[in-house]
Amino acid sequence: MQNEIIRVMLADDDEDDRLFFTDAFDEIKMKTEVSTLNNGIELMNYLNQPNSVLPHVLFLDLNMPGKTGMDCLREIKTIDRLKDVAIAIYSTSASDEDIEETFVQGANIYIKKPHEFAALKKILEDVITINWQYHTSGLNRDNFLLSL
Amino acid sequence: MKLYLKFDINAVCKKVLQEQLDALDIDYSLVGFGEVDIQSSIAPDRLKTLQDGLNRYGISVVETHKSILVQKIKDAITEMIYSDEKISNEKTSVYLADKIGQSYGYISNLFSDVTYTSIANFIILQKVERAKQLILTNELTITEIAWKLNYSSVAHFSNQFKNATGLTPSAFLRIIDKRKRIMQKKN
Repeated sequence: MQNEIIRVMLADDDEDDRLFFTDAFDEIKMKTEVSTLNNGIELMNYLNQPNSVLPHVLFLDLNMPGKTGMDCLREIKTIDRLKDVAIAIYSTSASDEDIEETFVQGANIYIKKPHEFAALKKILEDVITINWQYHTSGLNRDNFLLSL
Repeated sequence: MKLYLKFDINAVCKKVLQEQLDALDIDYSLVGFGEVDIQSSIAPDRLKTLQDGLNRYGISVVETHKSILVQKIKDAITEMIYSDEKISNEKTSVYLADKIGQSYGYISNLFSDVTYTSIANFIILQKVERAKQLILTNELTITEIAWKLNYSSVAHFSNQFKNATGLTPSAFLRIIDKRKRIMQKKN
């Protein structure tokens, strides 16, 4: 019984990862609309358009050529219009220090890319569910930090 | 200089409501928290103006019976968690069933249907939310916070916090502090 469709966006240069991701979303119970972009430059071009439809949650791969995920994150944090977009870093394993650094730079969520589809589904479902609670229950987004 | 604020949410919302309704010259009476009795019928465009006005304050008009009930459940949970009195050892399910006036089975199914999460998870989320606020005031130790939030031990609190967020309470504080320092440098 969900009135709003949850908009999700992924920026990732790896085609297989993009497919893995959209397939996982097809199978989760919440109603979502997923769009993907191939790299950081495409992403920032899209987000910088003043009337572009913003996702509720943006997933950012860290290792993209040209503009990296961190470059995008820093740039996004300077744009006032984007302040309500939850930012999830979606990347291969990193050290606790690197993960903390992405949070310090303004990410809300850090996800270590799982190898198995079932694990990915569960993680994405949890992320969307928790983000939805922030969206519908007036919780403080400034304190929204989630590491999976 | 830092100012620490305490919010009387009830008073704030009531005032906002009154101002918005008065501005539109609507005949009304406030029935408890979250309910307004409009004396005459109200034209759709005026209702829309009212909704838009309220939306700017984060107040939304709840549409369906199910949503209304879910909001009542959320309010009951929030009230339970933010109340400064020690909650009696009465089980949450009994407390909620009493408060809402429906069986717990009915309430929990309805809640999951509408919110996609369980009452148990929502309670943890709200407890962790309050914990975050308390951590950031820097006035209580982790032990004091655990006690205030009714955890049986500091370990239990830290574990639940870490399960819910992936971070320990101290890592959380460290990150927010670093963020604040970066913001201060920019300004």
